[in-house]
Amino acid sequence: MRGYLVRRLLQAVVVLWAAFTVSFVVLYLLPGDSLSIKLGGLEGTATSAQIDAVRAEYGLDDPLYLQYAHALGDALGGDLGRSAQTGAPVVRTIADALPQTLALTGCAMVLAVLGGGAVALAATFTRVRALRQVLLSLPAIGISMPGFWVGLLLVQVVSFQWGLLPAMGNEGFESLVLPAITMALPAGAMIAQVLAKSLTTALAEPYVETARAKGAGRVRIHLRHALRNASLPALTLAAVVAGNLLMESVVVETVFSRAGVGRLTAAAVDTQDLAVVQGVVLLAAGVFVVVALVVDLLYPLLDPRVGRTV
Amino acid sequence: MRLSRFAADPASAHVRRLRRVAGSGAAATAALALVAACNGAGGPSASSVEVGPPKAGGTLTFALAADPTCLDPQQFGTNASLNVGRQLVDSLTDQDGRTGEIKPWLATSWEVNPQATAFTFHLRPGVTFADGAPLDGAAVKANFDAVLALGAKATVASSYLAGYRGTAVLDPTTVRVEFAAPSAQFLQATSTMSLGLLSPATLAKTPEQRCQGDLVGSGPFTLRSYKPNQSVELAKRTGYGWGSSLFAHPGEAYLDRLVFKIVPESGVRAGSLESGQVDAISDVQPQDEARFAAGYTVLTRPNPGVVFMLQANVSRPILGEDAVRRAIAKAVDRPEVAQTVLTPKYKAATSPLASVTPGYVDLSAQLGYDPEGAKRLLEEAGWRAGSDGVRVKDGRRLSVDVIFAPLFNASQSVLELVQQQLRRVGVDLRLRKLAAGEQNQTQNAGDYDFAYYNVTRSDPDILRTLFGTRTVNRLRIASGDLDTVLDDQAQNLDPAQRFAKVAEAQRIVTDRAYVVPLFELAQVHGLGPKVHGLTFEASSRLQFHDTWVG
Repeated sequence: MRGYLVRRLLQAVVVLWAAFTVSFVVLYLLPGDSLSIKLGGLEGTATSAQIDAVRAEYGLDDPLYLQYAHALGDALGGDLGRSAQTGAPVVRTIADALPQTLALTGCAMVLAVLGGGAVALAATFTRVRALRQVLLSLPAIGISMPGFWVGLLLVQVVSFQWGLLPAMGNEGFESLVLPAITMALPAGAMIAQVLAKSLTTALAEPYVETARAKGAGRVRIHLRHALRNASLPALTLAAVVAGNLLMESVVVETVFSRAGVGRLTAAAVDTQDLAVVQGVVLLAAGVFVVVALVVDLLYPLLDPRVGRTV
Repeated sequence: MRLSRFAADPASAHVRRLRRVAGSGAAATAALALVAACNGAGGPSASSVEVGPPKAGGTLTFALAADPTCLDPQQFGTNASLNVGRQLVDSLTDQDGRTGEIKPWLATSWEVNPQATAFTFHLRPGVTFADGAPLDGAAVKANFDAVLALGAKATVASSYLAGYRGTAVLDPTTVRVEFAAPSAQFLQATSTMSLGLLSPATLAKTPEQRCQGDLVGSGPFTLRSYKPNQSVELAKRTGYGWGSSLFAHPGEAYLDRLVFKIVPESGVRAGSLESGQVDAISDVQPQDEARFAAGYTVLTRPNPGVVFMLQANVSRPILGEDAVRRAIAKAVDRPEVAQTVLTPKYKAATSPLASVTPGYVDLSAQLGYDPEGAKRLLEEAGWRAGSDGVRVKDGRRLSVDVIFAPLFNASQSVLELVQQQLRRVGVDLRLRKLAAGEQNQTQNAGDYDFAYYNVTRSDPDILRTLFGTRTVNRLRIASGDLDTVLDDQAQNLDPAQRFAKVAEAQRIVTDRAYVVPLFELAQVHGLGPKVHGLTFEASSRLQFHDTWVG
């Protein structure tokens, strides 16, 4: 188990280094850079000497390999550089935005797991055929609705027409509800779909028959035996979904005028603020690594057979 | 040094104005009247309907379309940034948006030498920054020196100080700003928030700290908090008593608090105004204007400066031909652009300058829609209709591109319509949409035919910035008589003489079709029923000093 952990941690380091290097290369190959965008605005008449001075201050006049070495060295020391637009350190910029996005994605994840799980359980448990059909068709609808559209619809109806919840901002729990629902819908739908499928498969397994023969009740079989076995694929999926939520925050945070990593990303891409974009890429890579690790560590707990093979 | 006193008597603004108008003669009066007339309903007087006497107190919540990114008005030139920054800093002078005249603010009077190289300002005594520091001659000098030190980080402000030699503090309330070359534009520049004054303690901070809100001015509001992508909160400066001579009331602002929320989605912005979640919104999109026809005020004013236009790269083989450029200018139906793609808030261009710019002349006669004339010009120049309708000469198709950044939402539709209009006379216009900053680099590299953008500035010197061959010269015009005309206006302080040169420059640029003016950008804001007294300053940015809620 210890060797497994060390191996996984090494893998994580390699993934982060690769993310750093690839994003550095790709971003610096792009035509244009944020400083010229900021300094040479169309109204600007900054002389090239002035612009060169600022570029030198940001180290952009160094040869590329030196810039890479500096950036990597700084990154190892926890310094991801400064935003060319605001001049604020990237680490602080992301750290300021991250709690907002974590609260949002956390809420969305809980809603998605609870909602998706409930739909899957109900669909596989019910003996009413029509209800089962309706419940099983919900995930497909949920997945096919674009987040942007759902968000705007919720804002229009719940906020503007009924006046129940605010349409914008980061203040308090109320401002979290609508964006969290918007994000949870497609995520919950995916979880529901996978869980329903694997629950159906699990219920047909021989061990369920055994349990039934031993006189276990329907609810007990469903929740204790089938769900436990069926949750492995759903857990893997939930990990992917958690990563996707970070990407979806770009759209949802814009629709709901929320500050967060998503808005930060959108703005940084818009202005080619490379340091910030790279910081977000690293963050996303880090999130994927951590989530994957957590899932892998949870597997043996849910299925002892997995634990023996690692 | 011989001084022509433009503001001899600090005690009376009226005397000053009379003397100035009388001295500058009938032509200036006519020019100013023309500006005023063209300004019409779009002037700063076009505020919301007044209901009863103004009331002090309360909070105004205003939804901005974009994050200010940087709150320091000396550094950043976006509308969102300047609309906030204007409330935090005062300026030496103010500019009357209707007449273009420069009026007293922190400077009660000023003198300019005839060469327009030395500007002496007499400061109002007793003014303090919000941190208690006195706003004296030393503070003014420190500000101008600091802008110069910011260099490229203060894109707009440092361009206003081009040729700056230094500031002499003659006594605590008198400073003389000197330039190496004539700079008639500088007086107007002192009225902008880009040269707004910050406390010496603020100037000692890093540019980054200032951007993020470590920022103290002497303005009617002070900064309480800035949360990026979320909100900016301002509070009334108690004891404020040095407002511009153009403010409707002296003393403190009416509002206790002014909260800007950042709401990027235009539909959400409109809906939050309708549902009362905010009191007012910026950047009402053309498609949303009708929602605010009744019960709301749509506050609008054209941006002064150069209009949205196609700027030719005359070093390219096709656009180097005078006949082609002239034909394209004739083939564009400007009223159709303004009426079909935009709304009545946006005017068809009648000059390279917007109608609210001081020194603007109406060239609508030269800019008339004349497709037959365009075709004739092209025929005479040897461009014959090809098989697909696009003209051809020496095996080359009459096909040119235009680079643009989607900063103004309707730009794509505007250019698509222009594309159709040009197609009717056999010109193929290809649209090349670029990211905001790419346009700049593409232009500097010269790899384009037309560039499309506008620039906001309430001084006609913007023509020299754009068309002078000794500045960036993005159009790659050969130096010549246009330079002389533009330099002449830069060193002439007499409005009549200066505007005569400005008019000549507009005619030259239009006659040679260096640019194809399209339409005047307008600021369009939506105000809810409780917002009163919100006004535009001369560059069409918002001024909240006289704003009240009730």
